[in-house]
Amino acid sequence: MSQPTTVAAAHHHAPPQGFLRKHVFSLDHKVIGKQYLDLALVAVCTGMVLSWLMRFHLAWPETPIPGLGKLSPTGAAGGVITPEYYLALMTMHGTIMVFFVLTTAPFAGFGNYFLPIQVGAEDMAFPRINMTSFWVTLVAFLVLISAFVVGDGPPLSGWTAYAPLSAVGKDAGPGQGVGQTLWAVSITLFCVAQLLGALNFITTTLDLRTKGMSLARMPYSTWAWFITSVIGLIAFAVLMPACILLILDRVAGTSFFIPAGLVISDRLQPHAGGSPLLWQHLFWFFGHPEVYIAILPGFGIISHILPVFARKPLLGPRVLIACLVSIAFLSYTVWGHHMFLSGMNPFSATLFSVPTLIITIPATIVTLLWIGTIYGAKLRFTTPALFCLGFVSVFVSGGISGFFLAQPSIDTYLHGTYFVVGHFHFVMGVAAMFGIFAATYFWAPKMFGRMMSETLGKWHFWLTFIGVYCVFMPMHYLGLAGNVRRYSAFTDDYLKPLIPLHRFITVAALFTGAAQLIFLFNLIRSRLRGPKAPDNPWEATSLEWSTTSPPPFDNFGGRPPVVQHGPNEYGTKGAAGDYVMQASPQAAGRA
Amino acid sequence: MGKLFALVLAIITVISTAFFVTHTWWLPVDISAHGHAIDHQLSETMLSSGVLFVLSQLALAAFVWRFGDRRDGRAVTTFPGGVTPMVVFAVVLVGAEVLALTFVGSKVWAGIYQTPPDPNSLQIDVQSEQFAFYFRYPGPDGKFGATHPDLINEASENYFGLDPKNDVSARDDIVVPTLTIPVNRPVALTLRAKDVGHAFYVPELRIQQDFVPGLSIPLHFTATQTGKYEIVCTQLCGLGHYNMRAYIEVLPAAQFEQWLKDKAAQQ
Repeated sequence: MSQPTTVAAAHHHAPPQGFLRKHVFSLDHKVIGKQYLDLALVAVCTGMVLSWLMRFHLAWPETPIPGLGKLSPTGAAGGVITPEYYLALMTMHGTIMVFFVLTTAPFAGFGNYFLPIQVGAEDMAFPRINMTSFWVTLVAFLVLISAFVVGDGPPLSGWTAYAPLSAVGKDAGPGQGVGQTLWAVSITLFCVAQLLGALNFITTTLDLRTKGMSLARMPYSTWAWFITSVIGLIAFAVLMPACILLILDRVAGTSFFIPAGLVISDRLQPHAGGSPLLWQHLFWFFGHPEVYIAILPGFGIISHILPVFARKPLLGPRVLIACLVSIAFLSYTVWGHHMFLSGMNPFSATLFSVPTLIITIPATIVTLLWIGTIYGAKLRFTTPALFCLGFVSVFVSGGISGFFLAQPSIDTYLHGTYFVVGHFHFVMGVAAMFGIFAATYFWAPKMFGRMMSETLGKWHFWLTFIGVYCVFMPMHYLGLAGNVRRYSAFTDDYLKPLIPLHRFITVAALFTGAAQLIFLFNLIRSRLRGPKAPDNPWEATSLEWSTTSPPPFDNFGGRPPVVQHGPNEYGTKGAAGDYVMQASPQAAGRA
Repeated sequence: MGKLFALVLAIITVISTAFFVTHTWWLPVDISAHGHAIDHQLSETMLSSGVLFVLSQLALAAFVWRFGDRRDGRAVTTFPGGVTPMVVFAVVLVGAEVLALTFVGSKVWAGIYQTPPDPNSLQIDVQSEQFAFYFRYPGPDGKFGATHPDLINEASENYFGLDPKNDVSARDDIVVPTLTIPVNRPVALTLRAKDVGHAFYVPELRIQQDFVPGLSIPLHFTATQTGKYEIVCTQLCGLGHYNMRAYIEVLPAAQFEQWLKDKAAQQ
């Protein structure tokens, strides 16, 4: 691993002038990072409210929800959610959470803020493109949300938007009009933003590392963002044309995803020659790597934060990087496991099953590295540390159920049931959210210059940790009992006995959701008047802790740091504490 | 705080596992010839991954319990043997599980989806639409009539788009909303979708398969117990998705033959 040739100083730019340039149309990666995080915060609140409505409806389908009738007179007349409105809530919940929260916060948000600082750069390689990425993402979000109010109702084809339901237009029922087109336009725009962002991340990592910041000395969070960018560059480059073809099918009369001979609403559709499986292949070629786009930054964040609070080096850092790279590679070979029962050649199911099972090996190694790091540690139980430990636990819980779904023979029973819902919520939803929480509590002092409340943080952790298990573990039981997902009510004879368990999940979800208000309150209050944060409150090593909290507009006050050490030097014996900062001229003690 | 975390995690692990072990919520009784292989595979997976689940959660809990910072000046220590035992453990143990599951599992899968149906199977055509299933038997001539999408008409109950006027083999086709089959006789379904994607799922039969517009998808099984069970749709198909179902009625052989005769006589 060679020393970088380019130095950050080459990208020096003047401090921004005026309110708009400083806070709105800013070129500063830190402002853009915070904008992404604020967008994700709005998105996650929206997505969570939608999930509350869904959960409430599933438990008590006939009970009106106060006020909802006024907000959506057609979707929930008198406050009772209609089946189509339920599906719309579900579609919007999935789309908002996957794209505008799980991709936006851990990757675009924290990555934007901290990747340049961690490599010792003044900014991203292409600040203007960076600003464009954010504003395009914002427009994509607004376009998606507008589907709630524009036209004939929000889309209801699920976040996977399977054709032909999503492709044939109004004939297929409510929500298949303008709403579904807006969905496709929104996702196309989102892809554009992500592609630009990925280019920026890759270039910045490769070209703007400061003196001494060899690849081997990069913090693991930077490694994870870098690898995630490479995944995103390929994945979003496939989803974008797929969405464009979907839009063409919907508005221009093409038939990419629509075969001949479909009769919908008593009308023979004027389409021929398309393939619904083509959409599924293109979508999941993106969709599975997307899971890793959501979770790999979490891997990086946990690997970055855990050693800080364990006060010892991460076990096997090179093994970690090797695992991240092999997960990234394997993520492109497994998409067919979403399609075992899709009618594709059953032989290919076996082929897709093998890499799906193999990917558990690097994932297991990474988990063992974290657990092994805790062995012999001196754990400091701060809120970010607790969320790291929680991350490991929920990731294990979600990962384990993958063993079942990776096998076509078992998937033939569990596919399309709540087992899958429990699985992906644990492994990419909750785990990624724990990564986001850990990152927020860890980096808030740096980003806002103010400490968050530890007391509130711990309450938030405990309620959330117990809550998510109460919400998502029972979903596995439901799946084993054959409980089908994406149903707005359970009217089947064999599903009725499961309704009490659904009620338990709903109550748990409402409580867990309410616990997030503690986080929201803590975040807003500390941002406004939390105690002032020192430069390095956690005694961490990486470069973001060598500068002020918050950092100046050029990150290091015109003096690019010179890196002398790796990021992993904790538990060292020396005069200045048990750690050596990356930019410290001090010689490393015994690691 | 570390002890509290360990305790909470241990309790969560024990309770979660208990419900799996006691089968509080579990698969319904299996009524298919192939289902026992799936159930066996599921139990094997449950056992091996259950052990991994409990071990890793409890290891996490134990380490967190043990290694809190007591500010006692003790030095941190690395895991005995460093990273090597981790890699070896994951590669060997998880690798062995992966291999075992792949070999056994793909055999189970191949036995259901990659073997041709018995030549004496009862042939039934299944049409799915928003939000119903229809089933077609070839009638006494043993031949299905050709389908014409342009002739599909809900009002006249021509769900398959048959043309009995010009098509002799279509005249005796039996179309019903309930899948009626004889017990212990192989059944071969051909799945077609009229409008959008749907799926055929009977938990008791341990079988699930998508309907994909534009494709005719074969599916075969043998039911080994008589009774009436629900067929539900598991592919999102629109607002009535939750309510899209039919029944499958498994009859004793003689009773089935009588039913078929009665139906043929009504044509």
